[in-house]
Amino acid sequence: MKFSENWLKSWVNPGLSTEQLNYLLTMAGLEVESCEPAAPAFSGVVIAEVKTVRKHENADRLRVTEVDVGTGELVQIVCGAPNVAEGVKVPCALPGAVLPGDFKIKPTKMRGVPSNGMLCSGKELGVPDEVDGLLLLPADAPVGASIRDYLDLDDHSIELKITPNRADCLGMRGIAREVAALTGAPLTAPALPAVAVTLDERRAVTLRADAACGRYLGRVIRGVNQAAPTPDWMKTRLARAGLRSISAIVDVTNYILLEQGQPLHAFDLARLQGGIVVRMAEQGETLTLLNGKEQALDADMLVIADEHKAVALAGVMGGANSEVSDSTQDVFLESAYFAPEAIAGRARRLGFSSDASFRYERGVDFTLQAEAMERATALILDICGGQAGPVTEAVGQLPARAPVKVRVARVNQVLGLQLSADDMAAMFARLGFVAQADGEGFLVTPPSFRFDIAIEEDLIEEVARLHGYDNIPSDAPQARARMLAQPETLTPRGELRRRVAARDYQEIVSYAFVDSTWEQDFAANAAPIKLINPIASQMSVMRSTLFGGLVDTLVSNLNRKQARVRLFEIARVFLKRGETVEQPERVAGLAYGGRLPEQWGAKSERVDFYDVKADVEALLAPRVAEFRKASHPALHPGRTADVLLDGVVIGVLGELHPQWVQKYDLPAAPVLFELDFAALLARQPVAAQPVSRLQPVRRDFAFVVDESVEAGALLAAFEALNLPAVTGIGLFDVYRGKGLEEGKKSLAFKVLMQDTAKTLTDADVEPVVQAVVACAAQHGAHLRL
Amino acid sequence: MTQLATILATAQAALADVTDMVGLEQVKARYLGKSGELTELLKQLGKLPPEERKTAGAAINETKQAFEAAFNARRDALAAEKLAAQLAAESLDVTLPGRGAAVGGLHPVTLTLERIAGLFHSLGFDVADGPEIESDFHNFQALNIPANHPARAMQDTFYVEGGDVLRTHTSPIQIRYMLNNPPPIKIIAPGRVYRVDSDATHSPMFHQMEGLWVDERVSFADLKATLTDFLRRFFERDDLQVRFRPSFFPFTEPSAEIDVLGERGWLEVGGCGMVHPNVLKNVNIDPERYTGFAFGIGLDRFAMLRYGVNDLRLFFENDLNFLKQFN
Repeated sequence: MKFSENWLKSWVNPGLSTEQLNYLLTMAGLEVESCEPAAPAFSGVVIAEVKTVRKHENADRLRVTEVDVGTGELVQIVCGAPNVAEGVKVPCALPGAVLPGDFKIKPTKMRGVPSNGMLCSGKELGVPDEVDGLLLLPADAPVGASIRDYLDLDDHSIELKITPNRADCLGMRGIAREVAALTGAPLTAPALPAVAVTLDERRAVTLRADAACGRYLGRVIRGVNQAAPTPDWMKTRLARAGLRSISAIVDVTNYILLEQGQPLHAFDLARLQGGIVVRMAEQGETLTLLNGKEQALDADMLVIADEHKAVALAGVMGGANSEVSDSTQDVFLESAYFAPEAIAGRARRLGFSSDASFRYERGVDFTLQAEAMERATALILDICGGQAGPVTEAVGQLPARAPVKVRVARVNQVLGLQLSADDMAAMFARLGFVAQADGEGFLVTPPSFRFDIAIEEDLIEEVARLHGYDNIPSDAPQARARMLAQPETLTPRGELRRRVAARDYQEIVSYAFVDSTWEQDFAANAAPIKLINPIASQMSVMRSTLFGGLVDTLVSNLNRKQARVRLFEIARVFLKRGETVEQPERVAGLAYGGRLPEQWGAKSERVDFYDVKADVEALLAPRVAEFRKASHPALHPGRTADVLLDGVVIGVLGELHPQWVQKYDLPAAPVLFELDFAALLARQPVAAQPVSRLQPVRRDFAFVVDESVEAGALLAAFEALNLPAVTGIGLFDVYRGKGLEEGKKSLAFKVLMQDTAKTLTDADVEPVVQAVVACAAQHGAHLRL
Repeated sequence: MTQLATILATAQAALADVTDMVGLEQVKARYLGKSGELTELLKQLGKLPPEERKTAGAAINETKQAFEAAFNARRDALAAEKLAAQLAAESLDVTLPGRGAAVGGLHPVTLTLERIAGLFHSLGFDVADGPEIESDFHNFQALNIPANHPARAMQDTFYVEGGDVLRTHTSPIQIRYMLNNPPPIKIIAPGRVYRVDSDATHSPMFHQMEGLWVDERVSFADLKATLTDFLRRFFERDDLQVRFRPSFFPFTEPSAEIDVLGERGWLEVGGCGMVHPNVLKNVNIDPERYTGFAFGIGLDRFAMLRYGVNDLRLFFENDLNFLKQFN
């Protein structure tokens, strides 16, 4: 809601500076979004009448004028504007004037001719004007008067951000009422006398939607002059409210909308057939609106119709078939109250919003229609002439205003205040609420212009606003002290996040909606969850893997000449599971480039599967995961493993599939992992074991096996032997080449033994060695000699 | 006796000349070995007359001790030289960079979240979480935003097939938490949220954090105090000016916008209010017995203000040169 400050002051003038007024409004919940001066600062410009114009002897494009500035003596001014002419009235900057941009006017000579001032264009004064040249003023403009006063330029356009609950402030009347309530300054509304009815003609109004239309007023006005110019004062107020002047009748309806907050609509009477019917739209009905679009109407849309057709989408926009045009001579003026529920959301459904629907869906004062009708009629008759018929009124269901109970103690408790009943009564009175003392509080009947007062909290809010949020104390709260649970069975999220970062991964944040081809490439997901209204096609489906964001971020950083990239992200993925959607959190990482940052003391080697496997193992520690050869659409089929905890797959690890390396134009393959975040968080508190102080024994074995034998299979088999006193079995070397046949490899294992009761002897160790060798033999492994 | 003096002098000279342990041992053998000069002299003591034997023996022993002292001194000196030479040879260029892996780091929004969570944790607030594809019920209806409510136009919603929405705020986490946990409730709920908005100052996905305190007798004054305290601790400015400005949210009443006074005037940093009784009723909490406050802040905005980032889009471009500044 944008309006002229001076217009507001004509209703209520609390004697505040613009800045103070803005602060008052903002701190009352009517946030001032912007405040623009009507014109930039300038001084010394008065209205002049051009008396004589002659050619400049030394310049073809200049003229020498003599102007009357009300001082009794004519002033000679050289002027270059094309539209200067004898008899016109224009702004004139006299010597000593300062124009916008700190442009000082002094007596001067132009091409040898003295010039004592400057005739001004609108542009030079910072006043919008469509004319190229001097700003031409009306013939009755008073010569010698200050142009600032004449054009009311010491004014501001104030724009308020009105919250949905305060529709009452979508008009000058409501804002003025609010300012009066906040400051106590008196409110002066313009007089609204009923106009004289000079025409005996009416159109019948039939209400067929009582609940949707609470009140419908209509009136015939004949013989209006559509070509009549809108008066300047009205144009100025409309302009400062951000509205263009269109035609006198449309301007008047817009003016009433701004002044009273009451939307009006003028139909071309000649284009209405018979009486008016207010009804719900019929099945299959269409209507071409004033915006030129033909709309199919839904059954829950309210229309204004004549005997044959819909002529307006009620409370939203008029129809093109009854639009007021240049040829209009007679109008039918509508002033109605439509229920918010009947209007809300309809315009949005059609993809637009209008000033009328914006107000109706938030609530228009349902007692205002008659006054607004009279005010609008008076202005139309005044500007366009014509004769007004009597008002036809049809009344449906009007909103009830049930009294709301409010308790003084409850208000104080919720706000943390100690106000008295009298304090509150005074506030309600200022707001125009009828408050009746009732037991421990009041019964408050909200006024017709407020649609946001239905429960006690609504009144608590009003008390808070009028008391001032600034004046509510803010002492440290007193509450019962309770400790928070800290389950040791869960790794704190932050700890896990930092553990990933400590392994040299950089956290990123990428969009949850991705290109559907990513879903295809990285998850083989042909049916991802689609957005109905994506902002772009490459952000149209919800991701089921974090790989796409990682690869994309890799690509963008390689384009920025990064050579080594290590990324991770913790985020939800979105998985369709029949009719439901699962949204587990995952942690995923990507490593690309050197194993280590480029440095002097280490060989430059590319990061590989086993480097990232170590990272994954570190994230899972102290739990030990199982890695099982697997396939994944994003990953290299020979270099991919499922990650299992307690036999359950919790994620995947592998090198990017060469196909995607090529498609995404990567110089080399990155290694990726993706793990279920919740599975990572679960852990068991440590149950400490006794530590043996006796001598440990170590035995090493080198077994020769076929290439196809997995080291993990041997390790698992050894573990499964459950050998006595064995405290650890590990693989410490893999060898291929000289001394071994083609297709064979040597795996070196260590077996650690330690007893808690006695020092181990060869007699204890030997059976263990035999058991390990025998077990290996079962897997086709023999000792390397 | 001059013979002994000569031997000693010669031996001392020989010790002085040796440069390593091998040479040193050779000198020792020459004097104290099986047929060393001093050993030979001792062997011949028996041939002397008894009355000379004692003095001669004493003199030889004296010479032997003198030799041993000289030998030990030389041995220590050689050892010290050798160590010094070794140490000199082992000297490193300590200015060469350290070797091994580097460390990564967290996203600035995560750092901001951790900082905020820490502050609220100190006041007893727990962290809650919820899904990002939300039902209309949790995202709107339970929060007192029925279909067609004008407030829905305030938030441009992404819809997914099937009628659910991408949550437009973190407020649905409140609903889920309150449905499952009786008061007293003190939580914060950070997360990603989504709105159909993309320009220089808006990202279609961004981060919010919701806070909620529901208990008996929680007041608007408590809300003001808690948030003022939080903002001053977060920005580490005890004199930070904070103002609460009346506003409207369907799920709180009274509602307020939170502004802080910056160098260029008041800056909006979040919204808050007393939990609307309809919301409490929707989650089966008695609004007569319990009151509460809720607030929501933009984590991205807080990160921008805290770290002097002037473009929101930097948080989502994932340029390593930008991100690594926060490590």
